[in-house]
Amino acid sequence: MSVDTDTVKRVAHLARIKVSDGDAERMTGELNAILGFVEQLDEVNIDGVEPLTSVVEQTMKKRADGVTDGGYALDVTANAPMSEDNFFMVPKVVE
Amino acid sequence: MTDLTKLSIADAREKLANKDFTSLELTEAFLDNIEAANGALNAYVAVTGDQAREMAKASDEKLAKGEAGALEGIPLGIKDLFATKGVHTQACSHILDGFKPAYESTVTANLWADGAVMLGKLNMDEFAMGSSNETSHYGNVINPFRKAGSNQDLVPGGSSGGSAAAVAARLCMGATATDTGGSIRQPAAFTGTVGIKPTYGRCSRWGTIAFASSLDQAGPITQTIRDSAIMLKSMASVDAKDTTSVDMPVPDYEKAIGKSVKGLKIGIPAEYRIDGMPSEIEELWQKGIQWLKDAGAEIVDITLPHTKYALPAYYIVAPAEASSNLARYDGVRYGLRVPGTDIADMYESTRAAGFGSEVQRRILIGTYVLSAGYYDAYYLKAQKVRSLIKRDFDLAWANGVDAILTPATPSAAFGIADQDMHSDPVKMYMQDVFTVTVNMAGLPGISVPAGCDKNGLPLGLQLIGKPFDEETLFQIGSVIEEAAGHFSPDAWWA
Repeated sequence: MSVDTDTVKRVAHLARIKVSDGDAERMTGELNAILGFVEQLDEVNIDGVEPLTSVVEQTMKKRADGVTDGGYALDVTANAPMSEDNFFMVPKVVE
Repeated sequence: MTDLTKLSIADAREKLANKDFTSLELTEAFLDNIEAANGALNAYVAVTGDQAREMAKASDEKLAKGEAGALEGIPLGIKDLFATKGVHTQACSHILDGFKPAYESTVTANLWADGAVMLGKLNMDEFAMGSSNETSHYGNVINPFRKAGSNQDLVPGGSSGGSAAAVAARLCMGATATDTGGSIRQPAAFTGTVGIKPTYGRCSRWGTIAFASSLDQAGPITQTIRDSAIMLKSMASVDAKDTTSVDMPVPDYEKAIGKSVKGLKIGIPAEYRIDGMPSEIEELWQKGIQWLKDAGAEIVDITLPHTKYALPAYYIVAPAEASSNLARYDGVRYGLRVPGTDIADMYESTRAAGFGSEVQRRILIGTYVLSAGYYDAYYLKAQKVRSLIKRDFDLAWANGVDAILTPATPSAAFGIADQDMHSDPVKMYMQDVFTVTVNMAGLPGISVPAGCDKNGLPLGLQLIGKPFDEETLFQIGSVIEEAAGHFSPDAWWA
């Protein structure tokens, strides 16, 4: 399978990365090189094979469903490019 | 006085206990080396001198009181991927500009609890995506090794290029590193250092910036096998904050070193002999086989038929997981923000400016293979192939194989901005051809310096072990280390 430049632009939008027409064209070639490389997997017979879900056999650890952490909003917002009163600030979303 | 920075961790530990010198003296010696070399090598992206001196003084007090921890007073470098409280933590990406976490990663917290001293944060490929350290926002790391008679700059490998270069150039006693497809073992091989990726689940991933969560594992890069054993023992732990960390006692890895390898069965996989591999790599492999034979190990030919599919499956699984993990960098909670006309435009502009081209490439591949209609054709299929790769190894273990010996890399270190490597992304990806199978199966793997190519550049051999059998890797690795000796660069930067 290969991608065209329009697909690359659509995927870039899904990934929220702005690309220029020139970028999209360059990336199309690079992505197709990688997709061509992974096409080798079509040779492998995977009939009846289960997907690997865990590399180490162990049962998932569980804990009581309760609050175990928190109470430091200032730390959480300390690295934000913009914050006020412990809230993250973003451009206006609703008119 | 002898050069303190040449000592191994094991030797320094003994001499600190004997009061031959203080941790502060040792730490100052490393800070001096960093000062003299970092301009040329660019291994550190942040040096924490004041903090290092404070930690060293605290260690000296503990040493005086006889309360020394396992790494008391030992100065280490930390890969920029590990969260260190209040200190530069950016995965060497522009998008995390200025990020200083309010918390400490479990791996580094374990090291400080055992008394280690932090010298600073080490350069790496952006978000650990690369095999040459050339994708770092902070510029290339230069390999301390050069070809004999040449002054061409070479790459240190990646993604833990800063860690490997710093250890080789003696800018720290040991370094933390991480390995998703070969990011500990390939740079270790390029710099004549030892690097071990432990079994998936051995070290907690909490506080380590995520790349591909089902593959990422932390491990050490050091000068010697024993030093790796010492560091890994401190780094490994079960952790309630990482459900994939494993609740098994951490063995005293050092005890495995020096144990006879007589009767151990070492597998030699036919599939690791690939087209276009330089004859020097084959010769190195044969030399390794001979050393182990001489030490009494039994060499058996084995087959791992799905080896060639590990790298293509990796380039589905790793980008898919990365595209999900890196969704959090959106200019809202931390790091860079580029203003936009509305919130979506702000996200898109921030991510376009903040991520480098390799990271963007992988996010796009990952987004594509996970997008509607393609999940089964790509991700699900790759996860099935992964089961087959793991099954190949399981069969080898079931046949009584104790460990597998392979080359660590398909070449020695290559030049900065190598034309061949940059013309096609897949060529660079081939650097991980021998190491990536190990991540796909979750196994432990160690790279041990084993010789040099015709230009005097270091080459490594890899040992692959059973799950949670790092001890056997240290045991066999020390036979190779003893036979091959140690490799140090000429200090051309001094």
